[in-house]
Amino acid sequence: MINLQNTLLEVRDLVKYFDVYSKGILRKKLVGKVHAVDHINFTVGKAETLALVGESGCGKTTTAKVLLDLEEPTSGKVFFDGVDVYETFRSGKSEEKLRLRRNMQLVFQNPYVSLDPRMTIYDILSEPLIIHRHVEKSKWKDKVYELLEMVGLEQYHAERYPHEFSGGQRQRVAIARAMAVDPQMIICDEPVSSLDVSIRAQILNLLLDLQKSKGVSYIYISHDLSSVRQLSHRVAVMYLGEIVEYGSSDEVFTKPLHPYTQALISAIPIPDPRTKVNRIILPGEVPSPINPPSACRFHPRCPYVQDICKTVKPPLEDTGNGHMVSCHFWQKFA
Amino acid sequence: MDALLNIEDLRTYFFTEAGVVKAVDGISVTVDRGEIHGLVGESGSGKSVTALSTMRIVPRPGKIIGGKIIFDGTDLLSLKENEMRKIRGGKIAMVFQDPMSSLDPLYTIGNQLVEAIRVNNKEKSKQQAKDEAIGLLEAVGIPEPARRFDQYPHELSGGMKQRIAIARALSRMPTLLFADEPTTNLDVTIQAQVLDLMKDLKQKFNMTMVLITHDMGIIAEMTQTVTVVYAGQLFEHADTRSIFLNPKHPYTEALLKALPRLDMRRTLVSVPGNIPNLINPPSGCRFHPRCPYAIEICKEKVPQVEDAGNGHLVACHRWKELSLVGV
Repeated sequence: MINLQNTLLEVRDLVKYFDVYSKGILRKKLVGKVHAVDHINFTVGKAETLALVGESGCGKTTTAKVLLDLEEPTSGKVFFDGVDVYETFRSGKSEEKLRLRRNMQLVFQNPYVSLDPRMTIYDILSEPLIIHRHVEKSKWKDKVYELLEMVGLEQYHAERYPHEFSGGQRQRVAIARAMAVDPQMIICDEPVSSLDVSIRAQILNLLLDLQKSKGVSYIYISHDLSSVRQLSHRVAVMYLGEIVEYGSSDEVFTKPLHPYTQALISAIPIPDPRTKVNRIILPGEVPSPINPPSACRFHPRCPYVQDICKTVKPPLEDTGNGHMVSCHFWQKFA
Repeated sequence: MDALLNIEDLRTYFFTEAGVVKAVDGISVTVDRGEIHGLVGESGSGKSVTALSTMRIVPRPGKIIGGKIIFDGTDLLSLKENEMRKIRGGKIAMVFQDPMSSLDPLYTIGNQLVEAIRVNNKEKSKQQAKDEAIGLLEAVGIPEPARRFDQYPHELSGGMKQRIAIARALSRMPTLLFADEPTTNLDVTIQAQVLDLMKDLKQKFNMTMVLITHDMGIIAEMTQTVTVVYAGQLFEHADTRSIFLNPKHPYTEALLKALPRLDMRRTLVSVPGNIPNLINPPSGCRFHPRCPYAIEICKEKVPQVEDAGNGHLVACHRWKELSLVGV
């Protein structure tokens, strides 16, 4: 089980629905709700990486936004280092809000849009210092240089603008900006997806190094399971807004218990021509999250579906070692 | 073996205001009949421009300025435009990365397929073409093809759209199909479906395919031979097994070491530096600033493409002395 002493972030029964209205100018009628995040629970330990994986539309990015209160949650609670996040953002003192913001940072997928083209790298990296005031003004320059060095850039890069950098270098700047406030946690939303293969490894290694030297925790959001394997200690697999499997990275990758996780893992081509392809091809596509399928949401695509899957929702069960799975028949796969 | 496509020393430059971008600067590719050939490289390596050059649809200000493209015995670069038009979409077809932009949003799926079927074959009646189109939709695994025939692209998901794009490419039974990152925009379970479909179609129609991708996993699974390109130049060409188990070019080795793998946790060895700028590419071997094995000569002289035995081509000064490690 999870050692509570070590828990940095705790997500309890978090829900985010988006209302869907009918077309019309005068009268808009509520016609449904997008079940973007549907009653999810997880924790992130100190200096630990939790990966949220799943395909587009599974709710992984919405989860990140709701965690940071960039989207208002429908219900649920989030505790960060023992502090109730939503209560603080609604009614806390401004120092308390600032302290939370400082400790929960975000790195986006596309460094071509996440850096302001009109600011020099120095401005970009010193802006967090101006806001948070955790470093004396006389030391800002040194801090910026230190950050640049930390992410493998040079001092002279400080005077340049984002357009002068390649994608990989920009992502380094985005990481340096997140690190500027010495956060306890960084949410990385697909940080290497827009980068070339030879550059991806640089950024993944940088994230690993920073975790080792600074003890920062990551929530790593990705659809790229190969990079998840390299980076994460634990994995939560999402499907249509729900967590269907959750456990240590090694357990989930070597002993996946949910049929969706099994299919997802088998779908990744292995870069070795000697590997025998043993693929589970799922029929159809991810259904609409507006009216998700009844009971087990995976049942219309599941190769092992039984009648019970259509009527009774499988609970998220602990199969031992904190490896949780939501499937009526997980014992068959264990 | 019998080569269907032979690209020799192709050079396609883009004459931009900022300078001449040598997007393809000496790429050679040989594709045998009936195989799936992988063209692998990172962004700016020239892999897509090679395909566009073969179809002779390089957008301005790009121009093919040298080399030969022999397809089925004909030099495509010497053909007149109207002769080329018959080959384009006929004997050679192409599937693009982004099906959202390669299908016309203003026409129904059926309309676009019928157009492709009848373009150089006006004697086919519209009804015949419609029946054929529905047959194609069925062949690429579209459920309820008769209903889909009347729908517009926006009514379909990304995976479905890519199937339509494949159906359209197949409409005139091409001998050669270029697929440029056909699954890059798709989710992994949908990618698995599309790759499966492509293998299936290749078997069924005995097509030759050039698969352009940056994903070494797809290369390992789908292809029989591979060409590795970098900064507009050919670096290595061999059968897929040799490329992975016995790479001879340091760049190929670096790519393999930098790949995160699903089946094992390991330390990634990253390639230092960035992908070079093609207006001012590095002197000598274009990989030398990032190459761990670079010596003086690499900075000065462009390495020649040499045959390392059994048609394993490599462009590196030091291939004989290096013993590189594969997967």
